[in-house]
Amino acid sequence: MPGAIYAEGLVKHFGDVKALDGVDLDVPEGTVLGLLGPNGAGKTTAVRCLATLLTPDAGRAVVAGIDVLAHPNEVRRSIGLSGQFAAVDEYLTGRENLQMVGQLYQMSAKAAKRRAGELLEQFGLADAADRPSKTYSGGMRRRLDLAAALVVRPPVMFMDEPTTGLDPRNRQALWEVIKDLVGGGTTLLLTTQYLEEADHLAHDICVVDHGRVIARGTSDQLKARTGGERVEVVVHERGHIAPAEEVLRAFAKGGGGATVEEHTRKLTVPVTGGAKLLAEVIRELDARGIEIDDIGLRRPTLDDVFISLTGHAAEVQDAAGDDAEKEDVK
Amino acid sequence: MTAVTEAAQLAPRPAGGVGQSIRDSLVVARRNLIRMTRIPEIVLFGLIQPIMFVVLFTYVFGGSIQVGSSISSQAYREFLMAGIFAQTVTFATAGAGAGIADDMHKGLIDRFRSLPMARGAVLTGRTLADLVQTALTLVVLAGVALLIGWRTHESFGKVLVGFALLLLLGYAFSWIGALIGLSVRTPEAATSGGLIWLFPLTFISNAFVDSNKLPTVFRHIAEWNPFSTTVQACRELFGNLPPGFKTPDAWPMQHPIWASIIWSVVILVLFRTLAVRKYRKAAG
Repeated sequence: MPGAIYAEGLVKHFGDVKALDGVDLDVPEGTVLGLLGPNGAGKTTAVRCLATLLTPDAGRAVVAGIDVLAHPNEVRRSIGLSGQFAAVDEYLTGRENLQMVGQLYQMSAKAAKRRAGELLEQFGLADAADRPSKTYSGGMRRRLDLAAALVVRPPVMFMDEPTTGLDPRNRQALWEVIKDLVGGGTTLLLTTQYLEEADHLAHDICVVDHGRVIARGTSDQLKARTGGERVEVVVHERGHIAPAEEVLRAFAKGGGGATVEEHTRKLTVPVTGGAKLLAEVIRELDARGIEIDDIGLRRPTLDDVFISLTGHAAEVQDAAGDDAEKEDVK
Repeated sequence: MTAVTEAAQLAPRPAGGVGQSIRDSLVVARRNLIRMTRIPEIVLFGLIQPIMFVVLFTYVFGGSIQVGSSISSQAYREFLMAGIFAQTVTFATAGAGAGIADDMHKGLIDRFRSLPMARGAVLTGRTLADLVQTALTLVVLAGVALLIGWRTHESFGKVLVGFALLLLLGYAFSWIGALIGLSVRTPEAATSGGLIWLFPLTFISNAFVDSNKLPTVFRHIAEWNPFSTTVQACRELFGNLPPGFKTPDAWPMQHPIWASIIWSVVILVLFRTLAVRKYRKAAG
């Protein structure tokens, strides 16, 4: 049985740019799929196709059991959109925005009003409910935007870079809200440029680049592909680099040496053995009188995964593809 | 699976049909009217411009423009007002275009397009709200016109019909504005793109001068211009045709009320169809 969000061979061109080049997705009910990729990779285009905002040139999509191309309006009853492309009206108050969205979801005026009140309470916006949303902080506006997507408690949600531009505290807060939501059984497709975000929220991750899915799996599976953990040590003085290197070599996996960054006095060595091994390293360094500023066991981040998969870091902007996605917002 | 079905809840099934279209349009119209109360500057500037035109034309050009056989400034003042009213309702179309372009730009149109709402309701709601604004502007403008000496010489009913024709023209034109708003990339482009074509439209017409005195080519354009027909109809309905005025022989000038209705309905149907189609495909 296909999942709550299912896509097969989605293709979309914008002029000469192939924004989607055969994307397959399958999100089981009640899970979160993170679409991860740099700007212009095609993440937004994929979501727009699934959310009935764009018609793909080829391929098939089924959302909540309904064929997206054949019955877009049926799909619209079952989805909620949030993120960069689905805004709220900044001149309307939070309450007016939610009421309007509720009514346009075909709720009665009364039901829409009641639901708006509930959501404002739930998202901590009750105090600001009757102020134009223009006066809201970035975090409040994102919460309102998310609330607008939840007016009818849709079984399937799409979020396009929900926390882009938020400060860390607000990002954390929004993550909690999203986790609660998913705990309630909602199926979620999330796009993000933040590897940490995908790591935090998604059960499965698809890495997208140039309109194609280049890797998929759980966060752990993707990390495992990139290689294991490593120990990083920052020594206090430059003179301690050489002896520290000697110590680390003894712990190195496969008998290799440590990588040294002279100017930051940082040594890195691939290891196996986890925290127990870290304690041994510290004891050994201490025994030799090597003073350290920092030491830690580092597991590969999705950043490392991304670089090893694509050959470039996730932040790199793909100018051509970025234009393509803008064009599609036109 | 059970958790999902318990927690989730679909939106009510859309009623469909005309009823839903009207309801959704009114919801969107309400939103746009609320916006107007929050940004009163826009309404205010929309008022200042026509008032400025009234004053400029009456006091700057008024003495030097001859209409009909009269050179009295009172005759020109009465002749002018229908032109200014019509210009006011058409210039309001730029607002519709800019508003829709702004919604596109900010992502609101995407929110609307993801909702199970009636096709076209976003645009109908916008144009209806603009119609309300236009009507208010006309009321204020008519007050100013009365203050500086404009008078009607026909029954109140006929005067009302004249204003109804003006609003119909304005509503039809706001769909041209909507189409422009959907076709450009930025609200700024919609504002300028929405205004440029209005200048030849309103000036190659009978709005400010007697079209009989225009060069031949311009005279023909002016006499068939949908804008001119509404102006001519209003002058008849307001009793504002100057003494000794010779009505041109062109059919729309001879039957201005019908011509005005036909033009407005044709523009309305044509541009509404185009705009709604454009909206549906807005981004692909």
